[in-house]
Amino acid sequence: MRLDHLGAIDRSMPVNFEFDGVAYSGFAGDTLASALLANGVKLTGRSFKYHRPRGIFTIGSAEPNAMITLIEGAQRTPNLRASMIEIYEGIRAFSQNNWPSLRHDVMAINDVFSPFLGAGFYYKTFMWPRKFWENIYEPVIRRAAGLGSLATEPDQSVSEKAFAHCDLLVIGGGPAGLLAARTAARAGLDVILADEDTTLGGRLLYEQEEIDDAPASLWLQKLLIELRALPNVRLMTRTTVTGLYDGGTFSALERVSLHMQPAGDLPRECFWRIVAKHAILAAGALERPIAFANNDRPGIMLANAVRGYVNRFGVVPGLKVSIFANNDDARRTARDLMAAGVNVVAILDSRADAPSAENCPVYLKVEILNTEGRHGLTHLRFRHAAGEAYLATDCLGLSGGWNPSLHLACHMNGRPAWNDAIAAFVPSVDMVAGLTTAGAAAGVFSTLGAMRSGQDAALAALISLKVKAPAKSKLRLPDADDATYRITPLWAQKSDTRAWVDLANDVTTKDIDLAVQEGFISVEHMKRYTTQGMAPDQGKSANVLALAYLADTSGREIAQTGTTTFRPPFAPQSIGAMGAGGQKKGFAPERFLTSHAASVSLGAPMIEAGLWYRPSYFPQKGETTWRETCDREVGLVRSAVGVCDVSTLGKIDIQGQDAARFLDFIYTNTMSTLPEGRVRYGIMLREDGHVLDDGTTAHLGPNHYLMTTTTSAASQVMRHLDFVHQAYCADWDLSTISVTENWAQFAIAGPKARALIESLSGQPINLSFMGFVNLQLSEIVARVFRISFSGEESYELAVPARYGASLWHKLIVLAKTYEGGPYGMEALNVLRIEKGLLTHAEMHGRVTAFDLGLSSKMSSKKDFIGRAAAGRAGLLGPGREELVGLIAPVGHTISAGAHLYPTDKAPVRENDQGYVTSACYSPTLGRYLALAFLRDGREKQGQEIRLVDHLRDLDVLCQVENPVFYDNTGERLRG
Amino acid sequence: MRITCPHCGPRDRREFTYYGDKAYLTRPALEDARGWDGFLHLRDNIAGEVQDLWYHELGCAAWILVTRNTVTHEINHTSLIAQLHLTTSQKGTK
Ligand SMILES: [Zn+2]
Repeated sequence: MRLDHLGAIDRSMPVNFEFDGVAYSGFAGDTLASALLANGVKLTGRSFKYHRPRGIFTIGSAEPNAMITLIEGAQRTPNLRASMIEIYEGIRAFSQNNWPSLRHDVMAINDVFSPFLGAGFYYKTFMWPRKFWENIYEPVIRRAAGLGSLATEPDQSVSEKAFAHCDLLVIGGGPAGLLAARTAARAGLDVILADEDTTLGGRLLYEQEEIDDAPASLWLQKLLIELRALPNVRLMTRTTVTGLYDGGTFSALERVSLHMQPAGDLPRECFWRIVAKHAILAAGALERPIAFANNDRPGIMLANAVRGYVNRFGVVPGLKVSIFANNDDARRTARDLMAAGVNVVAILDSRADAPSAENCPVYLKVEILNTEGRHGLTHLRFRHAAGEAYLATDCLGLSGGWNPSLHLACHMNGRPAWNDAIAAFVPSVDMVAGLTTAGAAAGVFSTLGAMRSGQDAALAALISLKVKAPAKSKLRLPDADDATYRITPLWAQKSDTRAWVDLANDVTTKDIDLAVQEGFISVEHMKRYTTQGMAPDQGKSANVLALAYLADTSGREIAQTGTTTFRPPFAPQSIGAMGAGGQKKGFAPERFLTSHAASVSLGAPMIEAGLWYRPSYFPQKGETTWRETCDREVGLVRSAVGVCDVSTLGKIDIQGQDAARFLDFIYTNTMSTLPEGRVRYGIMLREDGHVLDDGTTAHLGPNHYLMTTTTSAASQVMRHLDFVHQAYCADWDLSTISVTENWAQFAIAGPKARALIESLSGQPINLSFMGFVNLQLSEIVARVFRISFSGEESYELAVPARYGASLWHKLIVLAKTYEGGPYGMEALNVLRIEKGLLTHAEMHGRVTAFDLGLSSKMSSKKDFIGRAAAGRAGLLGPGREELVGLIAPVGHTISAGAHLYPTDKAPVRENDQGYVTSACYSPTLGRYLALAFLRDGREKQGQEIRLVDHLRDLDVLCQVENPVFYDNTGERLRG
Repeated sequence: MRITCPHCGPRDRREFTYYGDKAYLTRPALEDARGWDGFLHLRDNIAGEVQDLWYHELGCAAWILVTRNTVTHEINHTSLIAQLHLTTSQKGTK
């Protein structure tokens, strides 16, 4: 039922929506919960375990009952709280956890069997036989007890993530938060004020209150106008601060366009990381229920929710409303309702000494005996000071007191303190450095008290940030309600039937009794045994009630019982928003070669190499397999000329008077003797003596070197150079920088390589092996390195990256005239295996220079990184696995990953002699080749070894060889 | 978690790469086998204040000595290791 004269809804904007397939209408400004209540819909879902009929219980984000699946266009989202969904034209909402329908739910049979379904039931009953769990028990239980189901299609919605920084973050936009923000803003701080509601005002939006002798809304509007006009204030509504982390970092989830008419390209949600120098937690308080017999029927809701629906939405949740409470605050509900003309049939107060003068019947010392009504409350039976009564009521506003929302203050492992005066946990002093609590979150419940506490918190923040406070005249507090709050604790009333503690997870007082009886009296154990507080609402309304009941049952004080651990997030938080931008290409950035487009247009499949994409092979007409193409490309290089983009290799520019000295320290071999215009191969170790990377370094000019690294170790080597420089020789004249992306570099390899380059540059090239020269190519200077990763005469040509695409095009055209062409990664790999050259398949982090046969490259004349450890006995044979080549008999396949065994022993782990790191079919030799590590392998050259791949079912007798299969003397290389 | 880079100011920890204990700053003499064993392998597992090395990889490429508390997660101090090296080498220890 809707009242005409109350509420902040827009009556000129009717909104049509569906619930469980039935059409309803509400107004702009309604939540799904208020609109359903306005239409008289009380039954909104079935409970988690017993499939009990349930209705709306709260008015905010703590809702345990009314879980909804929402269909908005193509989007389907389960487990949303009806009290948090704003309605707009055409949305379709569905109740959950029922079949075939909400009113006739077959699984409600669980309710009949409830004596067997208490806490621990699943653990005890379905444990044996063990293998039944996965296949039988779990699927059945999941179907019977659960929440909404996920959409089966991928989530197409777009969310964002963002960072924000401020001097002061104020969490909560009620009286305390508003005054805190006002005070800090007037002092000039950068302030962010975040609130999860759609508008600021907090409690003022739900109450009938006067401030400065006028409706509170006028005061609120005036303040918001001031705050909005200030450039140093950012007001963030629809934003739930969900977690507090180290270093003053907060997570927050903003519902940007969620539950709004789709508009433009707004993201659905935005996940914020807010970094604040100081924060004020003014998140208010949450009302809590009382446990009594059958206290879970639709129509029974928190007292503040009842008055909130009336005051903010003009919605009356019942025609005969009653109130049951242990404190004064719930009387406001009765008074607001009566003032609005709602029929309040009775106030039931559990206290003996509570005031009894109200404009409706008041019963004291009330004990509720039972409730009635199948799909909604119809009657209450209770005992009171003067006897027993049976009351017809369709809505019961329930209040067991208020719990400060101190969750965030506890996220850093802080434990709150019990306060007897308000019978609630309050934040302890200094729980988190840089965070102050204020208002109801700090246990200060009156409006004026909250305002004062918010202002004081801001003044304290100003002191700690060393900022001058605003003038006294700017700190006047308005006249507002300052009523005291009185409560006599009451947690549960004795009941023969079930009395619910945690509605969301169907936990009753009996379950806690059972936990205590079985010895689970630690609050953490009770929680896990009963699952109390483990539902999506995280027990927001239930936790304190549960642990107070546990304390009573186990004969302890509440303070002594303590709380469970508070963990982020404060409210359910979609993973899609936390991972925003992380799908598909956003998951990993893509690095493209300058030849990328050209390779793709030639039909080359691109493969990932780290973040890079490289052409795998360049298929020609008539070629049906990659092998066919690869074999042809290898042939091109061996007989004519091939062109390959090698720009992915790391390039580090090293300059300074101490550059040569530095290279000697980094590499195992000596680089300082390298003349200008020459290139040298080197290996570098980690300090633990194992190989970090290999590559070439060119001496470009006076005190100027260019180091190349492997593609995969490029960033690791850069990090290593920076460390060695800064940690051990910061005083040397030296600077290093990565220039990998600045240069496009192409390998031109094969007997006709020189002819191709001469034709390209129009001048003769006379460069010996391992030489470097600058080469004028029309208006630019290219670098030419005569180095080879194929065993053929080969030149690597580097140009500034902006010329890469154009040079690649020229090279391909020219290569054709020499019967050559481009080659890809597959051919590159075959060429280097034939020549016994290394990649990180071999330098995998556990091998030494000795293992690789590179001991001669370890200078004994100088110190270098890794020298001491590399000299340890265990790293220098015998017994080490050494790099060897393997040749398979013609017609036999071998594979990387295979293991090696003696020919006369069984292929089992105990007899393992080594493993294959790289393997390929060599079109040059007409058989399979491999590089492998074999125990004492170098002395086994010429012998046979048994290669077994247990996964691919290979068992081949191979010949152990020198790893350089092709042109061992290097004649072709030196040309 | 945020780390204050002496060059760039307080930054998100995702910009940094962790290396290890500050023990890596002091290379033993070549023949000091016991020293190398300590340098490479022996670490205390401290509940409390530790000093370790972080690289501002997505920033200015500075290596930073971070003094932090493993119990409270507080970051008490940060300094440039290059600066540290310069100071010690000026004292003539190198
Ligand atoms: Zn930095």
